[in-house]
Amino acid sequence: MISELGHYSLVFVTIFSAIIILQSFKYVLSEQIVFKNNLYNLIFLQLFFIVVSFLCLLIAFLYSDFSNVTVYNNSHTSKPLFYKVSGVWGNHEGSLLLWLLVLILFLFLFILNSKKVDNKYKLLTVIFQEIIILGFLVFIIFTSNPFEYLFPVPNEGLGLNPILQDPALAIHPPILYLGYVGSSLIFSSSLAAVISNNVDSGWAKHIKKWVFISWIFLTLGIMLGSVWAYYELGWGGFWFWDPVENVSLMPWFCLTALLHSIVVLEKRNSLKNWTIILSIATFALSMSGTFLVRSGILNSIHTFANDPSRGLFILTFLFFLVVLAITILFIYFDKNETKSDNFFLISKESAVLVNNWFMMYFLSVVLIGTIYPIFLEVITNDKISVGAPFYHKLIVPFLIPFFIFMSFGPRLKWIKNSYKKINYKQILIFLITLLISFLIVHNSGVRYLFSIFLIAASIFLLISSFRDLFKKKIQFPQKISHLAFSILILSILINGIYSKEFNSNMRVGDQVKFMNKTITFKSINFYEEKNYRLLRGNFEINESGKNPLNFVPEIRIYNQPVISTSEADIKTTLLNDNFIVFSLLKEGEIFNVRYQYKPFMIWIWISVMVLAFGGTLAIIKK
Amino acid sequence: MIGKKVKLRITFLFLSFISLVLIVFLIIKSLEENVVYFKSPSEIISLAELTNKKVRIGGMVKKDSLEINAEEIRFIITDFKNEISVSYSGIIPNLFEEEKGVVAEGYIQDRKFFVAKKILAKHDENYMPPEIKKALEN
Repeated sequence: MISELGHYSLVFVTIFSAIIILQSFKYVLSEQIVFKNNLYNLIFLQLFFIVVSFLCLLIAFLYSDFSNVTVYNNSHTSKPLFYKVSGVWGNHEGSLLLWLLVLILFLFLFILNSKKVDNKYKLLTVIFQEIIILGFLVFIIFTSNPFEYLFPVPNEGLGLNPILQDPALAIHPPILYLGYVGSSLIFSSSLAAVISNNVDSGWAKHIKKWVFISWIFLTLGIMLGSVWAYYELGWGGFWFWDPVENVSLMPWFCLTALLHSIVVLEKRNSLKNWTIILSIATFALSMSGTFLVRSGILNSIHTFANDPSRGLFILTFLFFLVVLAITILFIYFDKNETKSDNFFLISKESAVLVNNWFMMYFLSVVLIGTIYPIFLEVITNDKISVGAPFYHKLIVPFLIPFFIFMSFGPRLKWIKNSYKKINYKQILIFLITLLISFLIVHNSGVRYLFSIFLIAASIFLLISSFRDLFKKKIQFPQKISHLAFSILILSILINGIYSKEFNSNMRVGDQVKFMNKTITFKSINFYEEKNYRLLRGNFEINESGKNPLNFVPEIRIYNQPVISTSEADIKTTLLNDNFIVFSLLKEGEIFNVRYQYKPFMIWIWISVMVLAFGGTLAIIKK
Repeated sequence: MIGKKVKLRITFLFLSFISLVLIVFLIIKSLEENVVYFKSPSEIISLAELTNKKVRIGGMVKKDSLEINAEEIRFIITDFKNEISVSYSGIIPNLFEEEKGVVAEGYIQDRKFFVAKKILAKHDENYMPPEIKKALEN
């Protein structure tokens, strides 16, 4: 019953989508271009029906309606309420429904927010956005309908993959989707602006908000995934250069470049075509991310069971959209770029360009590393994977000039700067940072000249961003985000250099020594929870001269499906994380125990949040 | 005569071209050095020459082959035609079990012995890396 309602709502949404496209076309082609109120109503109705459809699926999950295939495959009566809700988007079908909901919601908000803009531009944005919506509707209805029936109705569902039953991962997909979907709106709006010959500072001002919104959500979404990987997978890292992680990072590079270039467009009315290309690329990368994750093409350890035909549909659709975008860009290309004669070599404008180049470089490295294995397998049938060393080797050296440029960039003016601005004080600061970083690196045992310069550059960036805080010329949100970024980089570097880890296979009562610490496996207790059995280990770490630390990591053996997961116990302080995780080895007698020491871990999360907060300030402040 | 502006533009284009070529070269070169090939135990047996590069081996953990002591675990990866012994010390994912699929990353010692540096986790008990599926099908 509830599934039928959901299904028919989806059909209604599709019909509305077609009507809106036709109506908008009619208005665009009419002599006096108008944006009539009935379009608002239609979009509102569309939003209403997609919300109904989503609620239907939500209710089906809440009441464990196993006549619905999606619910049967991904839920279980014994699952806690919170994960019944997150189960709605913890699977392919439901996540697409959420994706659609956000697509339509964003369009609706965009229309409400754009009362004062040119009608033609607004109508065209609606058309492009509705084409995307329609594409996804066709996709969802024909290949991944969340409301399919199952008969006879089973008594119990298969359950949600336990590794996904986690608070961070419950909100990770919606947040990430908000970022991805935001980029679709930027895509539609930039194409509309190109056609209506509207790419100017007015448009930049208008669309900037949406660039910021998707950037904030994408940033937070990536962070949540990373936090989850850190404590749930127990590998002790937060970034593994896994293809699935990379596909979320690629649009982020693009969006970060866009975020900077859109400001140039707003303030200086230049970089028009470049900004448009970035908008298209961001969206294409977001879509191909979905494609790569869903298709199973990626050889990733994160891959969940999936279906290649779905990937093919997304790929075809993406191909269509990109071809459409490029065609439009070619037809209307020349009209847009006004010759700007007043370009200054040393100005904020060129600093932004430098930022964009770096972003594009990082993007191409990640892109090649991610898709090269796919091509190689198609061509030579060799199965390969590209690991962290590749990315580190290509990205890390370029960080040094990047940080130095980033330290100077924000201080430059929009128009001509004199060369003398770069003064001795900064050279002195740089020398001091070199000394500090020498001490840091010297202490760690990693003795590379290269790491000294890397850390020096990042400390220099930190000091510069900190000093910028007190400058009036620079926008406040920018100062906050740049400072946060420099803290992020420094924390990552120090974390990378000073992290220590230790592994052992232990029985209860065993004691091992690691550096100047003693790790004791004191006891293990068994508990029975609602949908899993729990093994709670009790570990103690003794370090001479310090209070002993007690750790209680857990192993959860879920009953449906039968999978065990490890829950790490992490003692977090401002300076470091102490991390113990253990897993079952054989017949519950021997356990694989891992202890990790991770300095500055908390600062990585904090700084990313502050980074995103800076973006939020930029929206509020306007 | 070429105007000043045109000259500037040519220099700019030339520089961008050079840096593009350099970057592509750099990326391709590091790719060659840093890729990890995936092999099945049978493929390792039939290798003409043993590499000292990092590789990944995929297959099933053979029944009753798991041995554990404090520092390391030893087990046998099989593709039901050939097998290879693996020694490993480090974090072991929860889904690692006898008679389940496994991917180990490390270095080949000889055709029958492999030292793993990492055992890769999976997220889904029904999920099997495409390589394993293929290796098992062949």
